[in-house]
Amino acid sequence: MLGTKQRSDLGFQLFVNGLLVIVLILIALPLWRVLMTSFTPIATFTKEGVPFFMWPWEWSVAAYNQLLGQPSFLRATLNSVVIAISGTALSLLLTVPLAYALSTRTLPGRNLITTLILFTFLFHPGLVPNYLLVTKLGLQDNLLAIILPPAVSVYNTIVMKAFFDGIPEEIKEAARMDGANDLQVLWKIVLPLSVPILLTIGMFYAVYFWNEFFTPILYLNDAKLQPLPVLLRNILSSASVSEYVEYDAYSASSSDSIRAASVLLTMLPMLVVYPWIQRYFTKGTLVGAVKE
Amino acid sequence: MWKHRWIYLLVTPTLLYYLIFKYIPLYNAQLAFKDFKPLLGVEGSPWVGFRFFETFFNSFYFSQLITNTLFFSGARLVLGMPVAIMLALALYETRAMFFRQFVQTATYLPHFLSWVIMFGILLMLLSPGSGLINDVIKSLGGTPIAFLTSPDWFRWVVIGSDIWKETGWSTILYLAALLSISPELYEAAAVDGASRLQRIWHISLPGILNVVVLVTLLRLGNILEGGFNQLFVLYSLPVYSVGDIIDTWVYRQGILEFQFSLATAVGLFKGVIGLVLILVSNNIAKRLAGRGLY
Repeated sequence: MLGTKQRSDLGFQLFVNGLLVIVLILIALPLWRVLMTSFTPIATFTKEGVPFFMWPWEWSVAAYNQLLGQPSFLRATLNSVVIAISGTALSLLLTVPLAYALSTRTLPGRNLITTLILFTFLFHPGLVPNYLLVTKLGLQDNLLAIILPPAVSVYNTIVMKAFFDGIPEEIKEAARMDGANDLQVLWKIVLPLSVPILLTIGMFYAVYFWNEFFTPILYLNDAKLQPLPVLLRNILSSASVSEYVEYDAYSASSSDSIRAASVLLTMLPMLVVYPWIQRYFTKGTLVGAVKE
Repeated sequence: MWKHRWIYLLVTPTLLYYLIFKYIPLYNAQLAFKDFKPLLGVEGSPWVGFRFFETFFNSFYFSQLITNTLFFSGARLVLGMPVAIMLALALYETRAMFFRQFVQTATYLPHFLSWVIMFGILLMLLSPGSGLINDVIKSLGGTPIAFLTSPDWFRWVVIGSDIWKETGWSTILYLAALLSISPELYEAAAVDGASRLQRIWHISLPGILNVVVLVTLLRLGNILEGGFNQLFVLYSLPVYSVGDIIDTWVYRQGILEFQFSLATAVGLFKGVIGLVLILVSNNIAKRLAGRGLY
């Protein structure tokens, strides 16, 4: 027999877990709808629209076939991959030295650097002054216009610095006693101990660059250079997908299925790596938050 | 300084990056007080004082843009935050640990989706032709609603989609604060016969009050951020009256209409207000919560 207290505890647990189940359904339902829309065969679509549920053997992959056979889609994917990889590499190359300098307590001028950087974090002059700079540098229709201006994030630098701060001073001092200079200390001591934070910040940057769609719209006029999110936006907001994807009345899939499939294909890399990196992200956010 | 020459050498490219990509735009911001002539450049264009600021303050758009911007940032705070706190409490209270982990993983995911992807998801839910919600409305005998282009509905689509996307992620801070509350407090309360809800009310909520105050102040400091990436993708001509925020207007005026000086003035206005707000917020946070935001 359960006592009243345990019974009320059981009721409370049922309530709380029920709430969480509802939250899960609310998160899953929209994604499920996109999945179903992308797999709806054209015959079903013209007859009854998108069914709420279909068994896997009723699914049609025609929309995916059509997109993956599309040169414009493949080129946009390639552009996105190039932007994400080169942008992440450049960002890390610029962020690591800054975080290392800021975590070197004895560095003359450290406070000046902190002030210079913090100010850019607190005050933004707005879109047009940045736009004028990039156009004056002649970077239109150049992928550098996408990866250079946002290369270093103050937030990511602070998170990385907080991690570097946690590496015991004694280890570094011991290496210096053995005649190592700052460069060797960074390369041989600090970086090997910092793999988790390099992964975290690297993923932060990679996600940012993979998702970026505004600066490509701003600076890339050449359709051949556009990354995936811009193509996706064009496919989604055009009245007819045929402007961007080969598509006609004899097509094997509905335009809604093509839209849904391109949403899912753009999400796919994120969905694949997400479960593995999620833990790092959470930690990174907390490091940034508990910093004094 | 010689001792640290390698660090200086290493950090020089980053500092150059800051000078070029952060401080030259700052210099370019003088355009707000000049009448920009492309042929004369930023330096050569004639000074006009506060003319463009006056143009903006007196324009028909001013109150509409401020209202819309404040509406979105305010609604995110007032509606989004309680939802996130409730989810954090539910995650904290459940004793099914594996299930908690699973819900966390699932609810963090949307945070990593870009607004273009979100736009696609919203179309699949809301489009009058084949959207899920309109399918439900039709099957109940109603007429489909064009949510994304209806001025009555657009705002709620913006707020709702933002809550769907960000609630899970914003529980991280609250959950961390809840987990740092000493279990002894709960045990002592249980001995005293406090019910579950009493424990939440008297221990959990006061325990996360500091974090709530900090987050609120940070959001207040960013109150002029209406959510550019979201609105840039979601809005369209029919909903400009309820969806146009300062940043989207600056984009259209500056980049599409070539009103460089006017757009710079508005951007600078927003930047200065933002700076003042964040400094004040930080000051209050230091006094109330004992620590600042940075």
